[in-house]
Amino acid sequence: MFKLKFLLPLILFIVLAIFLAIGLGLNPKDIPSPLIDKPAPAFSLPILATPDKNLSTQDLKGKVWLLNVWASWCVSCRQEHPLLLELAKLNLVTIVGLNYKDEAPAANMWLQQLGNPYTVSIMDKDGRVGIDYGVYGVPETFVIDKRGVIRYKHTGPVMPGDIEQIFLPLVQKLNQEPA
Amino acid sequence: MKKVLLLVLSLLAFPLSAGVEYHQFDDPNKEQAYQNLISELRCLVCQNQTIADSNADLAKDLRQQVYEMLQQGKSQQDVVDFMTQRYGDFVMYRPAFTLKTGLLWLGPSAFLLIGVITVFMLARNKKAKAQITLDKQQQTRLNDILQKGEED
Repeated sequence: MFKLKFLLPLILFIVLAIFLAIGLGLNPKDIPSPLIDKPAPAFSLPILATPDKNLSTQDLKGKVWLLNVWASWCVSCRQEHPLLLELAKLNLVTIVGLNYKDEAPAANMWLQQLGNPYTVSIMDKDGRVGIDYGVYGVPETFVIDKRGVIRYKHTGPVMPGDIEQIFLPLVQKLNQEPA
Repeated sequence: MKKVLLLVLSLLAFPLSAGVEYHQFDDPNKEQAYQNLISELRCLVCQNQTIADSNADLAKDLRQQVYEMLQQGKSQQDVVDFMTQRYGDFVMYRPAFTLKTGLLWLGPSAFLLIGVITVFMLARNKKAKAQITLDKQQQTRLNDILQKGEED
């Protein structure tokens, strides 16, 4: 009884310290998306390269695809860009670029200068589709399976190592799932 | 001079407030609903501001979204559902009471309760300790001391 009385504050302190340490390590910008394991919100948006044609979620059924939200005004998009180019070279997955609240000439210029990792880019000029996907910080990357269900969301720029450790294993796993 | 400077500065500050967009409502109830909602929804870019307070682009888009939904005749709850489906409970400054947010709501009162109980128990312990009965020797000594005090 005597010992417990003196140990209790220490135990409480340790528990508190552990919680605070975990809290310090968390990224407050990383808000869990309620869309995981939910059907990807439907869209039909003009294609950046051919604005008279639309791409819709229906066109992507049966494919594993990434939706990468980007914009020419987005600074950290430049940071992840080389990694996306590398991923595109592997030719393993369809990468759809959601050009978020951007102007077509600026977006096209950006792709010309830095290279185009996207299978196709679509224009979300007023950011409506962005709202449907719960986009709050560009860049964001979603992984969507063959049935059109969102399986993973990455907020912020893709970091070195993320492709090998997160995206590729997930894409490979999803590719093996039945359509 | 100071007064003139202040006057000039306040004149310069005026155009800043003009940056906020204006939404026209025909129904005062809808306007009230709009005001309620935008001061309840969190701006996810600048997380400690509501979308009413924030000048971020996303906050502007979300205000527009709220406005349009209300104009279409959607209820406040519809708008809240729309937002939480996309951004999660975090988008609400006062999230709904669910199993997931239970600790958030009950945590503070639980800790307060633990504190009150602790204080109560400590106080009771002290009281118990205070009621020590003196043995014969101590009682005579106490009496001696008290008597001495009287003689002084």
